[in-house]
Amino acid sequence: MIWIRLFAEFFITGLFAVGGGAATIPLLRDMSARTGWFTLGELADMVAVAESTPGPIGVNMASFAGYRTAGIPGAVTATLGIVTPSVIVVLIIARLLDKYRENRITQSVFRGLRPASAALIASACFSLITTVLNAGRAGGSLVSYGNITAVCLAAALVAATRRIKAHPILFIAASAVVGIIFKM
Amino acid sequence: MREAALLFLVFARVGITTFGGGYAIMPVLDRELVKKRGWASHEELLDYYAVAQCTPGVIAVNTSTFIGYRRAGVTGGIAATLGLVFPPTVIICVIAAALSGFMYLPAVRHAFAGIRVCVCVLIAKTLAGMLKKSAPDLPAKAIFTAVFILSAFLSFPTAALVAAAGVAGLAISAARGGRVK
Repeated sequence: MIWIRLFAEFFITGLFAVGGGAATIPLLRDMSARTGWFTLGELADMVAVAESTPGPIGVNMASFAGYRTAGIPGAVTATLGIVTPSVIVVLIIARLLDKYRENRITQSVFRGLRPASAALIASACFSLITTVLNAGRAGGSLVSYGNITAVCLAAALVAATRRIKAHPILFIAASAVVGIIFKM
Repeated sequence: MREAALLFLVFARVGITTFGGGYAIMPVLDRELVKKRGWASHEELLDYYAVAQCTPGVIAVNTSTFIGYRRAGVTGGIAATLGLVFPPTVIICVIAAALSGFMYLPAVRHAFAGIRVCVCVLIAKTLAGMLKKSAPDLPAKAIFTAVFILSAFLSFPTAALVAAAGVAGLAISAARGGRVK
């Protein structure tokens, strides 16, 4: 029975979370109150883990909550639950788009969507940058230590990625080492 | 079947190298699909991403399902999705089981502060590469600027912005069509 409930709860979360990982947080808060599967403190832990491990945040949250509730089968069930609505909806939309791909109206719509899509990524990146640069400001001073390290690391990465053609995971690993050494 | 297996493997690679939310998947897709395999163009990637933004669910999952479907139909869409979620599910189970205090280790927190800076730089670089193609003319540049300001500074809901941009695209084409004729 727990499997069906887990699948159903995360199916609903996947269906109503429009806009990605962060949109699942309020839905999971409601789930916590409704089911008692995890406390709000555990939800905060989940967000921290989900944001910092590889993989989409929404998927990570589902795996974590599923595991807490019912072990490995729970993690699998919850993950499948959260992705199923996406898969169904996207497949329907993709099929429709294939049909009307050459249509002038579809093409006009996408001409408007493309710059919007790039702008939304830019906006997400912008808020990420402000968060990163503000990370050291808790102490009150405007230019604090953590903040300078982040700026220097960012500048170094811009220069390095321009010259060195390596897999991004290498830059990510190097940044993790810098973070540990300089206690970012 | 072979195509589906390949999609599973490629997206498993994407899943394990994506740190952060839906937008962090863009540099990874740009590298794995556009540059390395030629499966999609920058324009197509932005199209998929726009659709993924306004459909329910996790953005990275939606984008992957879309690309998988384009490559190999419904099976492809499902294979790409399962590939994407497989490595994170395993990693999360390991962390939840063995390392519950993992996130509170100072070294881990410092490492992730460094990683966040790197993810920012990688996204910004991908974006810079895409900008020219995504906003080739004046109306497109206007849409880019408007959506950026409304989203970054005024926190407008994403789905509404995507819908408005689609309408703007229609309006621009209609205006142009009228003029050319």
